Amino acid sequence: MKPSFSTRAVAFLASAALLAVTACSAGSGTSSGSSPGGDQNLSIGLVAEPASLDFTTTDGAAIPQVLLGNVYETLVEQDDSGKIVPSLAKSWTVSPDRKTYTFDLVDNAKFTNDKQFTANDAVFSINRVKTAWTTSLKAAMDVVSQAKALSPTQLQVTLTKPSNDWLFRMTTRIGAMFSESGVSALATAPVGSGPFKFSKWNRGDSIVMVRNDSYWGAKPYFQQITLKYFKDATALNNALLTGTINVIGTVQAPEALSQFTSNDKYQVIEGTTNGEVLLSFNNSLPLFKDIRTRQGIRMAIDHKALLDTCWAGRGKLIGSMVPPTDPWYEDLTGVAPYDLAKAKSLLQASGAVGKTLRLRLPTLPYATSCGQVVKSQLEQAGLKVAIDQLEFPAAWLTTVFKNADYDMSIIAHVEPRDLGAVFNAKYYTRYDDPTLQGYLAAADSGDEAAQVDNMKKAARRLSEQAAGDWLFLLPNLMVADKSVKGLPTNAITENFDLSKLAR
Amino acid sequence: MILRLIERTGVFLVSLAVSSILVFAFMAVLPGDPARVALGVNASDEAVAELRRQFGLDRPLPTQYFDWLGGLLHGDLGTSYVSKVAIGPQVFDRLQVTLWLVVAGMIIALVVAAPAGTVMAARHRKISGLALSAFSQAGVAVPAFLAGILLIVVFAVRLGWLPANGWTPPAQDPTMFLKQLILPALSLGLVQGAVLTRYVRSAVLDVLREDYLRTARAKGLRPFQALWRHGLRNAAVPVVTVLGLQLATLLIGAVVVERVFVIPGLGSLLLDGVSNRDLLLVQDVVMVLVLAVLLVNFLVDLLYVALDPRLRTA
Repeated sequence: MKPSFSTRAVAFLASAALLAVTACSAGSGTSSGSSPGGDQNLSIGLVAEPASLDFTTTDGAAIPQVLLGNVYETLVEQDDSGKIVPSLAKSWTVSPDRKTYTFDLVDNAKFTNDKQFTANDAVFSINRVKTAWTTSLKAAMDVVSQAKALSPTQLQVTLTKPSNDWLFRMTTRIGAMFSESGVSALATAPVGSGPFKFSKWNRGDSIVMVRNDSYWGAKPYFQQITLKYFKDATALNNALLTGTINVIGTVQAPEALSQFTSNDKYQVIEGTTNGEVLLSFNNSLPLFKDIRTRQGIRMAIDHKALLDTCWAGRGKLIGSMVPPTDPWYEDLTGVAPYDLAKAKSLLQASGAVGKTLRLRLPTLPYATSCGQVVKSQLEQAGLKVAIDQLEFPAAWLTTVFKNADYDMSIIAHVEPRDLGAVFNAKYYTRYDDPTLQGYLAAADSGDEAAQVDNMKKAARRLSEQAAGDWLFLLPNLMVADKSVKGLPTNAITENFDLSKLAR
Repeated sequence: MILRLIERTGVFLVSLAVSSILVFAFMAVLPGDPARVALGVNASDEAVAELRRQFGLDRPLPTQYFDWLGGLLHGDLGTSYVSKVAIGPQVFDRLQVTLWLVVAGMIIALVVAAPAGTVMAARHRKISGLALSAFSQAGVAVPAFLAGILLIVVFAVRLGWLPANGWTPPAQDPTMFLKQLILPALSLGLVQGAVLTRYVRSAVLDVLREDYLRTARAKGLRPFQALWRHGLRNAAVPVVTVLGLQLATLLIGAVVVERVFVIPGLGSLLLDGVSNRDLLLVQDVVMVLVLAVLLVNFLVDLLYVALDPRLRTA
């Protein structure tokens, strides 16, 4: 029996000593701060961690956010104002029938597997979308009838019909250029020609990118950039406050911004995004087929008050499905202004008053907080609103998105130029409108002026028909150490451009 | 003794088998389709069906279950639907992280509870004992995640002594590892310590009333000596039971605390898996947690026998 006493005593003392050591080391080392690396390193806090690194088979915004533009490059890209500009293609021409695009490619780009980038890789990448991609976005490449390498630096793409949208989609992940010999392990070891190389993935924590020192273009400032993922908005804020990260890539809780705006160690960046927060209607239901119901709901919502209440006044009121960075943007907030009396009479006339509408919300911060405001505002106009929450993405996707088992929902549509994709009869909005489809088709096939003109008509049509209600446009909100330069004001592309960041 | 060992092993194995069926059945009825989550919003039904076929989700449920179970028995946890990488190594990596938390939390709980509970029992009619008692009551009421948030606000954000969150493997940077471990381990350990203190107190109180302790005092030992020599081992039996139960609570508590402190442990793996409907991964992680809990209970059962000779003949 006796030895066990001493054993216990030793164990006790050992654990006490361990604790003491732990406590001491805590006291001594932390005053220097936990700065994330030196001058050449940067740490950025983001929200959604990718589940895989392969955006050809896994959907979601998280993968292109990291890889597009940084690891993978496209032939053409979008600048901060939404214009399509050269990237791996130095220039391009369009045939008079608008069906043939000829691209002149850069001759000095190289993949990180040491293979030269040539027109053959471009042909391979374009064809591969049709054959190997599985996500729904691949449909954007259906319009291509043939891609051909005229020479190592010249690529010709022929379309089945004129399509402005195709060139634009080439700025997104669909247009990513892969090396023919670099697609064997896309989910874990991406190979691209971009300014950064994928270095390490600490799953559940961070992705490390290092500068591609043999990059053909202007080399990035930072030698290493760590993207750290935080599910919790407070944890993300704390990480910046305590110096674990240098940048909050997307602010998740705008109401907590004041702790940064009042501190001159930090800069707050506010711009626009492509994320239209849509109060969607199930347009296949008899009640929503009546335009008076839809207009009544739009006019019952005081958008300014809503934005102030649920997203701390950050964001922009838009009134239709177009963000200000698209060339056909018009301020359409005046089409259905807040007018409670008129809303009541419209809803009365359509027979909606007294009916209970199901507002099925995804478990996303803006949806849950704005959903409450929408409910209370609609109830003032005489509607009854029953809120239920569906886990996002899985449960919401199945229930609302696939089965359209909903009356109203709230979700931000973050894809660029998604007006036509969101408002059609097959989509969960179940919005069937031949007039709108006519405008969209004309916009896609026409020249630049015709495109802008028809897209404006389409946006106005949606707003006047009240196909949904655009609560607001999500802001691009970033907070960063004051010394970090080159952060984009607007976040309108799928990627977080790391190459322009500097200190 | 042998009989008891066989009996406990039997209970352990049956519980494990039943749990595996429950875990599998729960995943099967969880709403949301892993293929649709992977393919995104506009995916056609055909594409989703094809991916379901690739995942093997189109097979009958019993086939899927036995396939999974067979894999588990061979130590093969399968390949993730979403990340396309083997699940086994992922679970192993994350388990190491979580175990650090649990072990550190347990040590803190013990270091707090053993002396505090004993003092509370020895001085249970004095002011100091009562004050400690009230303090531990308050501790029992605080959930670990709340303790975590409070600790972050005070020690990381306000005082700047420790990092607010994050994780560094001990081999990479031992100092940073310890710094980042302190707050999460404290939030787990202090709360569990408060609970444990209550049990230590009542166990020691019971022992203090025993005849043999009075005898020990009568032969000339000082009160503390008597307790140390003859009391602690007896008081340890009920405490070990609670400790076993608490280890399970700690493991589950770690899941939540990992979220607050952004620690890439088993908990965050589980939450991500649920969100991506990476069903196989979720099944595996839950099974590992179940296995850990059952194993702890099994070991506690065995430990009784070691601590209490009366059970050896029973």
